[in-house]
Amino acid sequence: METSKVIHAIYNDDDVLMAAVKTVKAKRHHIEEIYTPFPVHGLDKAMGLAPTRIAIAAFMYGCVGLAVATVMMNFIMIEDWPQNIGGKPSFSYLENMPAFVPIMFELTVFFAAHLMVITFYLRSRMWPFKKAENPDTRTTDDHFLMEIPVHGNEKELHDLLSETGAVEINVVDNTH
Amino acid sequence: MEYKISNRLRLTAIILMIVGAIGVCFSFYTSHVTFDEVENMLSNESHHGDGHVEAADHGEKASHSSEASHDTHVIEEAHVESHSDVNAHGGSHDKVDEHTKHINHVMHAMHNRPWSAFYVAAFFFMMISLGVLAFYAIQYVSQSGWSPLVLRVMEGITAYLLPGALIVLLIAVASGSGWLGGHYNIFVWMDPDVVAHDKLIQGKIGWLNIGGFLIRGLIFIGGWSLYRYFARKFSIAQDKANDNKNFKKTFRISAAFLVFFIYTESMMSWDWIMSVDPHWFSTLFGWYVFAGMMVCGVTVIAFVTMYLKSKGLLPQVNDSHLHDLAKFMFAFSIFWTYLWFSQFMLIWYSNIPEEVTYFVTRIEDYKLPFFGMLAMNFIFPLLLLMNSDYKRVPWFIVMAGVVILAGHYIDVFNMIMPATVGDQWSIGIPEIASLLFFTGLFIFIVFTALTKAPLIQTRNPFIKESENFHY
Repeated sequence: METSKVIHAIYNDDDVLMAAVKTVKAKRHHIEEIYTPFPVHGLDKAMGLAPTRIAIAAFMYGCVGLAVATVMMNFIMIEDWPQNIGGKPSFSYLENMPAFVPIMFELTVFFAAHLMVITFYLRSRMWPFKKAENPDTRTTDDHFLMEIPVHGNEKELHDLLSETGAVEINVVDNTH
Repeated sequence: MEYKISNRLRLTAIILMIVGAIGVCFSFYTSHVTFDEVENMLSNESHHGDGHVEAADHGEKASHSSEASHDTHVIEEAHVESHSDVNAHGGSHDKVDEHTKHINHVMHAMHNRPWSAFYVAAFFFMMISLGVLAFYAIQYVSQSGWSPLVLRVMEGITAYLLPGALIVLLIAVASGSGWLGGHYNIFVWMDPDVVAHDKLIQGKIGWLNIGGFLIRGLIFIGGWSLYRYFARKFSIAQDKANDNKNFKKTFRISAAFLVFFIYTESMMSWDWIMSVDPHWFSTLFGWYVFAGMMVCGVTVIAFVTMYLKSKGLLPQVNDSHLHDLAKFMFAFSIFWTYLWFSQFMLIWYSNIPEEVTYFVTRIEDYKLPFFGMLAMNFIFPLLLLMNSDYKRVPWFIVMAGVVILAGHYIDVFNMIMPATVGDQWSIGIPEIASLLFFTGLFIFIVFTALTKAPLIQTRNPFIKESENFHY
C-alpha cells in the first residue's frame, strides 16, 4: 500500500460528520474512506465521489428480465404447449400479451433487483467468507469514522479534525 | 413574497377565454344539423370512397334508442350479419329503416359533440384542482417537511375547484334538461324515453336519476369546498399566529377530508363519468380516475412552481423540490398505468359481453387515441423521467408534463366520447375551443388566487425544513 500512515477521526453524529467532510474537502485533503453505521444522504456528493452507475446497470438488468419473460412465455404458452387463454385460442403472442404482462413486470423487477444487489456487493468487494475491512467495530454501532491518509502533515490534520468536532482521533500505521 | 399577476398573463388568459368562448358558441351553433343535411353529408362521403360502407356498419349501434351506442357488441355483430344478409337479398323495406336509423344516429352524435367536448375540458381542469386538493391534504396529514414552500401554490390551484366543479355539474344537468337547452346529450339515462325501453337502466333508477345526481353533486362539491375554505383560512391565520394551533387544526380537518374525499371521489367518478355508459361498470373506476387526477395535479403544481420561480418569486424553491415533484409525476404515472391495466386485463380476460364492449368500441373506433394515450401516459414519462438527473432539469419536466397533461386529456376524452359521439369523434374546433376556454379560465382564477396571499407560508412549523431541503 502506498499510504503507510492514516488518520482515523471518529464522530458520533451524522450532521457533524457531514459538516466535517465539507471542511476537510474545502481544505483540499483527500478522504480515503468513511465508515458509517447507516447510509448518510448526500455523503457521496460531499466527498466528491463519482456518481454511481448502478442505475444504468439496473436498467439493463430490467431489460434482460423483460426479454427473458417474453421469450419464456412465448415458448411455454405459445410454442411448446399452445394454450387457450381466456377463451381466445389465437396462439399468437401479441394477441395474448395482456395475460403475460404481470409475468413480464415481475421478471423485470426480479432481475433488476437481484442482479443489482449482487452487482453492488461485488463492486464493494464483499462476498461470502470475506474478512471484514472495518477498522473500528464501533462504526457498526453508533460511530462514524473518517479515514485520511497522512503525508507528513499529521499535526495540521489533527488540529483541523479536532476543530470539526471529532470525538477521537487516532493515527494508525498501516505498514505491515 | 407578494405576487402580482402580470398584465401579459392576465391578457393571455382573457384572450384564451374569449377565443375559446367564440369557438364553443360556433361549434354549438353549427352542430344543429337537420336530418336532410346529415343525409346529404353522408351520401357525399360515400361518393368519395368506401366511407359509407364502414359507417353503415356502425349505424347498427343505434338500437332502440336513437342515441349513440350503448348496447353490447354482441348484438351489434348479430345485426351486422343480418344486415348483410338483407343486403344480399335486396330487402328494401328493412334497408330504408336501417338507413333512417343510421342517419338519426349520426345526427345525434353530431348534436352531442360540442356538449361532450365542453364537458370533457371542464372535467379535465376540475380534475386537476381536485387532485391538487387531495395532494395538499396529504402534505398536512403526513406532516411533510419538503413541501411547505409550495403549499401556497397548491392553495392557488385549488381555488379553481369550486367554480370548476360547479361548471361540470351545470353542464351535466343542463345536458339532461330541455329548458337549459340540452337534449340528453351526455347522459342517456337522463332521457325518460331511453329508460322506458331499457330494463337494465330501470334497475338502476334508484341511483341514476337527475334529482339524486344533482344532490349528490352538490354534496361532493360542498364537502370539498368546505375543506378548502377552512384549510385556506387556517393557513393564512397561521402566518400571523404565535403558536401552531392553526396548523394542528388543518392537520385534523385534512385527515377527515381525505376520508370524505376518497368516498366522494369514487362516487363522483361513477356519476360524472362512468354513467355515460349506464350498462357498463368497473369496480376500480374511482381509483383509476383518482390516479389520473393526481398525475395531472402534481404536474400542474410543478408547472406553476417553475413559472413563479422563473419570475424570481420563489427563491427558496430549489432543485430538490422540483426533483420531488417530478418523482411524484413519475410514480403516479406508473400507478395510473397499473390501475388502467388492472381494469383492462380483468375485462379482457373474462371477455363477458356486457363488460368487454367498453374496450371493443374503444379499440375499434378510437384506436389512435386509445393506444396513443397509453404511450403518452406510460411509456413517455417512464423513459423520460426515469433518470434521476433529468428530474431536476426544468425543461425536461415541462416536456414530460405537457405530454402527461395531453395524454390525460385524451384519457378523459376516451372515457366520455365513445358513449356520446361514438365513431363521429374528431379533435376539431369544439374540442380545442373548449380546451382554450377552460385553460384561460383556469389560469385566470389560479393566478388571481395566488395574488391574494404571500407565496410562502411564513410560519408553517416545517418551513425551515423545507427551505433547507436538499437531497
